[in-house]
Amino acid sequence: MIKTKGEKAFLFASHFFLAVTTLCVIVPFILLFMSSITDENELIAHGYSFWPGKFSLEAYHYLIRKGSSIFRAYGLTIAATCVGTIAHLLMGSMLAFCLSMKTLPGRKFWNLYVFFTMLFSGGLVPTYLLYTNTLHIKNTFWALVVPYLMLNAVHVLLMRTFFSNSIPSAIFDAAEIDGAGTFTIYRKIILPLGKPILVTVGLFAALDYWNDWLNGLYFMSDMSMYGIQTFLYRIMEDIRTLASTAQGASSFATIQIPSTAIRMAIAFVAIIPIAVLYPFLQKYFQEGITLGAVKG
Amino acid sequence: MKDKATKAQSAGEKKLHRKNQIRKWAPAYLMMLPGLLYFFINNYIPMTGLIVAFKKYNVRDGIYNSPWNGLQNFRFLFTTGDAVTITRNTILYNLAFIIVNTLLGIVLAIMITEIRHKLAKKVYQSVILFPFLVSIIIVSYISFAFLSADNGLINRTILEPLGKESISWYTEKKYWPFILTIVNTWKTAGYSSLLYIAAITGIDDTLYEAAKIDGAGKFQQIWRITLPSLVPTIITLALLNIGRIFHANFGLFYQVPMNSGSLFDVTNVIDTYVYRALLKIGNIGMASAAGFVQSVVGFVLVYLSNLLVRKLSPDDALF
Repeated sequence: MIKTKGEKAFLFASHFFLAVTTLCVIVPFILLFMSSITDENELIAHGYSFWPGKFSLEAYHYLIRKGSSIFRAYGLTIAATCVGTIAHLLMGSMLAFCLSMKTLPGRKFWNLYVFFTMLFSGGLVPTYLLYTNTLHIKNTFWALVVPYLMLNAVHVLLMRTFFSNSIPSAIFDAAEIDGAGTFTIYRKIILPLGKPILVTVGLFAALDYWNDWLNGLYFMSDMSMYGIQTFLYRIMEDIRTLASTAQGASSFATIQIPSTAIRMAIAFVAIIPIAVLYPFLQKYFQEGITLGAVKG
Repeated sequence: MKDKATKAQSAGEKKLHRKNQIRKWAPAYLMMLPGLLYFFINNYIPMTGLIVAFKKYNVRDGIYNSPWNGLQNFRFLFTTGDAVTITRNTILYNLAFIIVNTLLGIVLAIMITEIRHKLAKKVYQSVILFPFLVSIIIVSYISFAFLSADNGLINRTILEPLGKESISWYTEKKYWPFILTIVNTWKTAGYSSLLYIAAITGIDDTLYEAAKIDGAGKFQQIWRITLPSLVPTIITLALLNIGRIFHANFGLFYQVPMNSGSLFDVTNVIDTYVYRALLKIGNIGMASAAGFVQSVVGFVLVYLSNLLVRKLSPDDALF
């Protein structure tokens, strides 16, 4: 196909604009990484920079040597992500499968029941009071798993649509004639054939757990129960409080705050799992977003 | 007599039928139970808990047994003037975000779909989406690296060499409407472009072929074919976003400005206000009043925007 002058110009402009945008997106991450391998004195003397005068891996050494509280936070986030994602997928797919059965008694009602949670919510105050004062979830592991994230209506409805549209109903009929019960059909047909949507939903559930800092913020007063994101938040919060209250340098000595490079190293390590998995899973991410956006 | 017998028989059949039905559907209901129970606890109980906005809450009596308080909580909320500030901030920021994201999303989408080179296309698209997947806390770290007064990149590497005064970013209000919009755009532009890419890919290719034969240039094709075809998507997404205009991204407004008190005028939104009132100040009355307004107005807006979407493009409506 021969391109006209205008088309060529437009293509060139597109490449240029997109390349600049891509750069704008990447550059802040590079700054984050570079400051994590900058020598601390250099950082204090010349500030954050893309090409520090003096490199140092001290921050990462420190993490490995003394990072027990940091590793604990990572561990909690990993545990919450695993437990939560599995619960999310199990509860969600079972519910979605049943809602996809056209003859289920009460189907309309339960669909509305799930859907209505997308329209109306009680908000933070009643949710907080319920979980802390009635269910006493504060400072327990479950506070990282249960509130807000363990299931959401969008995911249930996405799975329901997939199960009823993308799996031929003839398969269900055949299974039923063979005498398969509901649970057998779920295990032998839905789980294997529903894999694409399960991967997509699982990915977003895992991402939500990994990035969550609000459950830690709301439901943890004990710092040793923080996940990694809340831990990172707390370090910044301490710095801010210190900056706004401390006048003399003496009070700096009393509170232990990780140096800038170490903070940046922790933050960088928190992105690594996403950055490493992203190239392989980006197809699912993009599909999931396009699917869920309108209904989300 | 005979009549009675058949009635009894049919009643028995009905019973049997019901028994069979129960036996048939029991496993399904058992499988639904965990999910339904979760929504009951996590979503429905808090909905009923909204009445706390009309109560003088104390921990001992809980939400439901605390004494009624009439509209006292709302009176407090509206006399402080905070209500106006947080409502204004929430709505204006969201409007700005919707406009910027729509425009940039469309531009990016048109350009990305134009690229034929597969690898380049993939790199552009996935890199631009990446910030969407990163937690807002990481984003706050990155923005701190740029904005920190003492050793931030902007003060030390850009302003200092130019011989300009360094700026105390975290106490200067006037910059924050722009900073927050830039940060939000950086984080979500890829996301919104993705939605428009899907819409553009759906446009019939023969339209472009015909336009080319008629001698339409690239810009004319975009102006006369691409953009008009995107109008339903643009309107639908804008309406859905307007439906959520009363809900702000908590992390963006709380942690990116580092919870800095001198910035509250321009960074306080409903969500941050409710959080601070509830957990920092401990004023449950005010927090619940603001939360109540948010829930109810939010619901009305979602509902109305959906009615409109359903008129325009029934496939995209939520209900």
